[in-house]
Amino acid sequence: MAASDIMNAPTASESARERAAQYIVSRHRFRPTEALPWLFAIAAYFIFPDRMTFANQVAIMIMFALSLDLILGYAGIVTLGHAAFFGIGAYTVALMLARFGWTEPISGLFAAAIVTGFFGFILGWFTLRYRGLTLIMLTLATAIMLQETGNLRSDISGGYDGLPGLTFKPLFGVFNYDLYGHVYYLYTMAVLVVVFFLVRRIVYSPFGQALTGIRENVRRMHAVGSPVHRRLVTVYTISAAIAGVAGALFTQTNAYVTLTVFDFDNSAKVMVMLILGGTGRLYGAFIGAIIYLVLEDGLSKFSPTFWQFGIGLLLVLAVLFAPRGVLGLFENAAAYLSKRFKS
Amino acid sequence: MNRNFGALKVTRDVNLSLERGARRALIGPNGAGKTTLVNLITGVLPPSSGKVLLNGEDITALSQAQRARRGIARTFQINQLFRGLTVLENLSLAIGERDGHCNNLWRATGGSRVVIDEALDHLASLRLVDDALKLVRELPYGRQRLVEIAIALAQKPRVLLLDEPAAGVPSSESHLILDVVDSLDQDIAVLIIEHDMDVVFRFARRITVLVAGAIFTEGTPQEIMANEQVRAVYLGQEGHRVTGGARHG
Amino acid sequence: MPQYANIAVSILFDGLAYAMFLFITSVGLSVTMGLMNFVNLAHGAFAMAGGYLVVSLTRSLGVPFIPSLIVASVVVGAVSVVFERVLYRRLYRATDLEQVLLTIGLAFMAIATYTYFYGPIPKSVPLPRWLEGDVNLGFRTFPSYRAFLIVVGLFLVAVLWYGFERTNIGAKIRAAVDNRRMAQSVGINVDRLFTLTFALGSGLAALGGGLAIQLLGLNPSFAVIYLVLFLIVVAVGGLGSLKGTLLAALVLGICDTAGKYLFADAGGFFIYAITVLVLLVKPAGFYGRE
Repeated sequence: MAASDIMNAPTASESARERAAQYIVSRHRFRPTEALPWLFAIAAYFIFPDRMTFANQVAIMIMFALSLDLILGYAGIVTLGHAAFFGIGAYTVALMLARFGWTEPISGLFAAAIVTGFFGFILGWFTLRYRGLTLIMLTLATAIMLQETGNLRSDISGGYDGLPGLTFKPLFGVFNYDLYGHVYYLYTMAVLVVVFFLVRRIVYSPFGQALTGIRENVRRMHAVGSPVHRRLVTVYTISAAIAGVAGALFTQTNAYVTLTVFDFDNSAKVMVMLILGGTGRLYGAFIGAIIYLVLEDGLSKFSPTFWQFGIGLLLVLAVLFAPRGVLGLFENAAAYLSKRFKS
Repeated sequence: MNRNFGALKVTRDVNLSLERGARRALIGPNGAGKTTLVNLITGVLPPSSGKVLLNGEDITALSQAQRARRGIARTFQINQLFRGLTVLENLSLAIGERDGHCNNLWRATGGSRVVIDEALDHLASLRLVDDALKLVRELPYGRQRLVEIAIALAQKPRVLLLDEPAAGVPSSESHLILDVVDSLDQDIAVLIIEHDMDVVFRFARRITVLVAGAIFTEGTPQEIMANEQVRAVYLGQEGHRVTGGARHG
Repeated sequence: MPQYANIAVSILFDGLAYAMFLFITSVGLSVTMGLMNFVNLAHGAFAMAGGYLVVSLTRSLGVPFIPSLIVASVVVGAVSVVFERVLYRRLYRATDLEQVLLTIGLAFMAIATYTYFYGPIPKSVPLPRWLEGDVNLGFRTFPSYRAFLIVVGLFLVAVLWYGFERTNIGAKIRAAVDNRRMAQSVGINVDRLFTLTFALGSGLAALGGGLAIQLLGLNPSFAVIYLVLFLIVVAVGGLGSLKGTLLAALVLGICDTAGKYLFADAGGFFIYAITVLVLLVKPAGFYGRE
């Protein structure tokens, strides 16, 4: 061995160090498997052209689930009132049209985001000081009060019968909406791409890391100087805004809205989707929403009671045997296989 | 300072000051209120009466996080770590919060090489680099304790409060922790709560004895060791340790 | 009686009856949540089970109303032990979210099962003659059933109070709620205690469900609709506190009734507004531990 070889050979520690650094540095880069859900979404357009209305609903739910994953999966906050934001977004757009005749869709989305974000900021500022049952009840009670308000002024909100006939201007003045929901689907998917990109950036940023810190050990976060309340309110505001956009899309692509968007059912539904897919993993929202809605679509046509029993059973089994969702199962399988191959 | 829980006076008229570069040990029987005192200093608990001053500035009204940002770091008696995250992430999180990196929602953590390198430096000084990518909960307790200390050090503190740093660590590994404590920056004021007298005498330049929430006595290690009353207080609990008998572990 | 006084008395009376229902059904939830820190959203399903059992006993088997109530409570209480042993026990260390989702799943399964067997239409229950109609208390008449509910409620408050404050077991429960680890270290078998309180709580919930049929109606969505109310009572009263549950039930029951009497549609608001206000000021509820 030449002397230069000895001098240049990295020590075991140095190479371990480089490996660790490299892992963190490249963690946020797009992996090839990430293309799968998007390819599937595009393929769906061609394979199931007559199911585009359904596909549109799935896309909206994915967006809603993503917004909840930010606070539930990443920051670890359990709330039961997230449907409130969906509803606020939905009604912002509906009332802008019904009362002010505003039909431009994209600006409607921005308005929904801002209004809902504002609500999220206020609500979060007051309630995120608390956790556990207190927080659950505060968020639930607020959501119900919102719904009751809507019911009270059903002259404005249309009550549970809703505000029908909300037609919006064609996208960019050019793309006319067709009866089969093709344009709606592409519109929603486009917005989903943008939203997903934003969420992904947040999750891989230092702020996103702070969120996981809050989830893992909030005592420690306080002790290292993290302004925990500020971080939580920030993510809650963003999450609310995204849920609001999902709600706005709901109104725009359904051309009507009713107070049922505020239902507790909506909040619970999206939590179930997340646990099925896997919380705290961006694509859990995708998998969970697809599984849930496909099952619901199939089973509830057969028998709604059967569907309710089935989803209850699925939930119980998921919590007992797959608490980290489908993605968690994949991860376990991958870890098991890699151990197998190593030995 | 005083701290009462209802009628129970847990901390009574405690007057403690740490000078720059202090090496102070806080000892006392179980239930004397040592951890409570640390909680009062770090802001976990508000005092029932009294003040906390840092470099002359009154920080009594500040939250725990605000005090941490002013340079007070601590370790907990029972590890408080981010168990589901990797060791490297534990450190980079502490550094990120210290430097305000975590206010950034846009740039990926990977983009900030400075933070990563500093985190790895801290890990290297504690021989934890090989564990950098392991989840904290997969590590044996002794190494987790090292991570706990690493996080406190990564905060670049001016005041460091260590709550029984070697507790629960097998004696084969505790020397690592003691080495770290030995090599701490001379400018940092360090307060260590310990039961193991060997550690105390090795490390401390001054010892404060806390009994039943009040300061019993204070002095150099020699003075304390010679103090009959201190021995009496410890007798029955840890008398054998004062005479240099059994070790931890 | 003058008009205002009459309305006030009606509100108080109906509110008290409603409060008694809330108390009976929620007290079990409060103590079990305070004791084991376990979020049990299937509690409403236990209440519903009690209701349907009473329906079956009275309608299909001809058992009189009061005995049916007792039988239903005992049966549901006993069955709940099976759930606790087999399922709940595995999740005492689980996250809030997991507990929430597991018990919601059970609630869904229960609702679906009852819908299948009993149908979605609300059920009623045949009452003995003396519970129908009104009872005359001299200055005015009151609906007999509600008076009955108030009497039962007050009786149970007294019994539970005595049990909690004066018996050995009650002391153990209070100790364990206060500090579980300490209680274990002085030799209290917390696990067995929890099974006992869980059974008792579920049995009481079933009783409440049976009593609710005449008061509020019974259909399969009972489990979820009223669950929100039970959670509100428990949160506002404070986990693990008998006093708190009672106070919360009274405040919420009477205010809700008053709201609905005086403000019709808008009256539904009060209960939620009170919840938010109380929790913002006292996050652990009236008598909860911080």
